[in-house]
Amino acid sequence: MRLELSPEDAAFREEMRTFFTTRVPQEIRDTVAAGRELTKDQIVESQRTLNAAGLAVPGWPVEWGGQDWTPLQRHIWHEEMQRACVPLPLAFNASMVGPVIATFGSQEQKERFLPATANLDIWWSQGFSEPDAGSDLASLRTTAVRDGDEWVVNGQKTWTTLGQYGDWIFNLVRTDPDAPKRQQGISFLLIDMSTPGVTVRPIELIDGGHEVNEVFFEDVRVPAENLVGEENKGWDYAKFLLGNERVGVAPVGATKRMLAAAKAHAATAGPGGTSLLEDPLVAAQVAELENELLALELTALRVVAHSTDGKPHPASSVLKLKGTELQQAVSELVVDLAGPASLASGAGAGSDLPEWTRLATPTYLNLRKASIYGGSNEVQRQIIAGTILGL
Amino acid sequence: MDFTYDDEQEALRDAVRGLLGRAYGDFEQRRKTVASEPGFDESLWQRLAEMGVLGLPFAEEDGGMGAGPVEVALVSEELGRVLAPEPFLTSVVLAGGLVAAVGEPEQRAAVLPALAEGSLLPTFAHLEPGSRWSATATAVTATRDDDGDGWRLAGVKEPVPHGARADLLVVSAALPDGGTGLFLVETSAEGLTREGYATHDGGRAARVTFAGTAARPLGEPGTDRTAAIELTWDTARIAACHEALGAMSFALDTTTDYLKSRKQFGVTLNKFQALTFRAADLYVSLELARSVAAWATLVLLDGAESQVGEAAARASLQVSRAGRHIGQEAIQLHGGIGMTAEYSVGHYTSHLTALEHLLGDGRLHLARLAAGVGDHDEVDPLP
Ligand SMILES: Cc1cc2nc3c(=O)[nH]c(=O)nc-3n(C[C@H](O)[C@H](O)[C@H](O)COP(=O)(O)OP(=O)(O)OC[C@H]3O[C@@H](n4cnc5c(N)ncnc54)[C@H](O)[C@@H]3O)c2cc1C
Repeated sequence: MRLELSPEDAAFREEMRTFFTTRVPQEIRDTVAAGRELTKDQIVESQRTLNAAGLAVPGWPVEWGGQDWTPLQRHIWHEEMQRACVPLPLAFNASMVGPVIATFGSQEQKERFLPATANLDIWWSQGFSEPDAGSDLASLRTTAVRDGDEWVVNGQKTWTTLGQYGDWIFNLVRTDPDAPKRQQGISFLLIDMSTPGVTVRPIELIDGGHEVNEVFFEDVRVPAENLVGEENKGWDYAKFLLGNERVGVAPVGATKRMLAAAKAHAATAGPGGTSLLEDPLVAAQVAELENELLALELTALRVVAHSTDGKPHPASSVLKLKGTELQQAVSELVVDLAGPASLASGAGAGSDLPEWTRLATPTYLNLRKASIYGGSNEVQRQIIAGTILGL
Repeated sequence: MDFTYDDEQEALRDAVRGLLGRAYGDFEQRRKTVASEPGFDESLWQRLAEMGVLGLPFAEEDGGMGAGPVEVALVSEELGRVLAPEPFLTSVVLAGGLVAAVGEPEQRAAVLPALAEGSLLPTFAHLEPGSRWSATATAVTATRDDDGDGWRLAGVKEPVPHGARADLLVVSAALPDGGTGLFLVETSAEGLTREGYATHDGGRAARVTFAGTAARPLGEPGTDRTAAIELTWDTARIAACHEALGAMSFALDTTTDYLKSRKQFGVTLNKFQALTFRAADLYVSLELARSVAAWATLVLLDGAESQVGEAAARASLQVSRAGRHIGQEAIQLHGGIGMTAEYSVGHYTSHLTALEHLLGDGRLHLARLAAGVGDHDEVDPLP
């Protein structure tokens, strides 16, 4: 057992820290630090900066731009990025569709899509969920019917995050409605969103923002070569993808940063500019959250140290579950620290109230999503109970 | 960063687990042992001594094994797993730890080899009526004899773990010029009375009264030992976290086994998601607690002495929360059987509660941490 990082890992950490804090534009990092929404251009610029240095998709196979890093190095990369307020590479590209194409795609697909995906020349959207298929994803109904060299797609996807920016969408579609089990007969299809018959319609969320959409498919004709892997094997690829999604899913670095910022704000948020940290109940709550975050971070390190051969440790569900709970709890604390000033969410830059107080409630409301998507926390409990505890 | 045991440590763990499994694998045996005096198995204590377990943390020149916090942690976890009532924590880690930390060479030579061999059982008499987990003593006071050579103690210590069975007392006492000193007191000393009793978890404690009892200063006479007490106390807290981890993981295993076998409404209980989800939450608690306890042990091993207090507080807080969560739910999910004395799970909860109150509860540690939240931006586990 050893507490410290090895000299190599410590040097690696330093290298990452330096890169992230000096090479990614300050304005982008300030936007993340303040908790403001990033523009599409900022997200793209940031990812291209990382990609140019080989830091956008380290988890991919080396020949497609990945890095031969240890799981611990990947963890350090991920944490330092969050710490430096660098936007994480777009998950749809970097941790979802990219690894699926790299693992199951044809050579042509790899050549066509992977470099563009790593560099965010293509912005991908995820078309899995449907109005009647959420946690029970296997009940999805969007169909793709083969017609010569094309698939004809009909149906509706929903909750498509940032679909308004999407160039392409990776979809789960039903290709064999008569398969004996629902998990069979599903295929993984790549669709150009500018194809006729694709309509994207915004959904407004409770924080007033527009980050998700409905996507409709009406007789959308998709070239047959856009099918990934084998027909009717889409469920296997989706499981692979969702497994990847859970790795690095606990946003420890970002939550720690949020809590540190909360403390800095709290130091002057009391009446007459006094420190709310002097309030023993506030101090206790902060200490409790810090301790839980420490426990989470250490658990992430334990999981990383044990995830051999790239397989996620079963305990990664612990990270998703606890990680989102803590992320939400810190955002809740920030609202409480802002107090009455948190009501001023609609006030503009001319407000006398600090920006963080005005962003507090929308952020808190927005983060309610964290325990719903990517396998809800109930689904994670199901995995822990079933897979780990054998219940 | 590495959280794994090396081969030697694994061998030690397997040996200890094997020995303890033979002694207490059947919970009935543990019940019998704690039902009779001295509340633990003297022959098992001897076998632990032969295995080198009782001398683990002490230097080889003091008759010990020269091992460290990791070995203490893994032994503690195994003891916790079977709820072994042997006084490893209080006699070896606490009392022995203090003698090793501040004792003169001849004092270490008189106590530590004998402790390691299992022929001498010391205990630390520190807790006092009216105080909680302070490192200082007030109810027991020390005075110098008129001739200036000898020392005498007066006052009451209670509860003193294994105070009635112990062969030697390490006693904290308020010094005449301020500060808290440490003393060795022979159990045959005049003016010493001990009344032993069983604690709720099957452990043993005593009320120990000093009435002009002769005592020898441990280490340099008249020295304030508050810092050494705090450090040893924190060291013991980290070991106790591991003991609690052993107990918690056994309680969770027992609970999941029960959910798989107990039938109600025609099906086993694990068919009810309301119950399996609660078990999943227990697993989350256990894993988080395990992470912080392991980290605190590494701080003790590699970190600076000044970091130990905070690490102990962090681990203790996390383990306190987890211990209550797991202990309470383990009973609840068992239903009535969990309440019964012949079934193990309630005893685990009882012991988890005792451990926490011996060394300082979650509230104490939270207050320690809350007092310092303004001193740092983020908590960074890596030095
Ligand atoms: C902001 C946001 C962004 C999203 N982005 C995308 C995206 O880009 N692409 C995409 O495909 N999807 C996306 N999703 C969809 C997301 O994956 C689903 O919302 C999620 O899978 C839950 O499905 P549902 O909303 O239909 O809830 P339901 O499945 O109807 O669940 C309702 C509630 O019941 C619980 N529940 C369901 N089944 C069980 C069970 N068996 N046992 C116990 N509890 C259960 C759930 O945990 C939840 O609390 C997004 C969702 C949100 C909120």
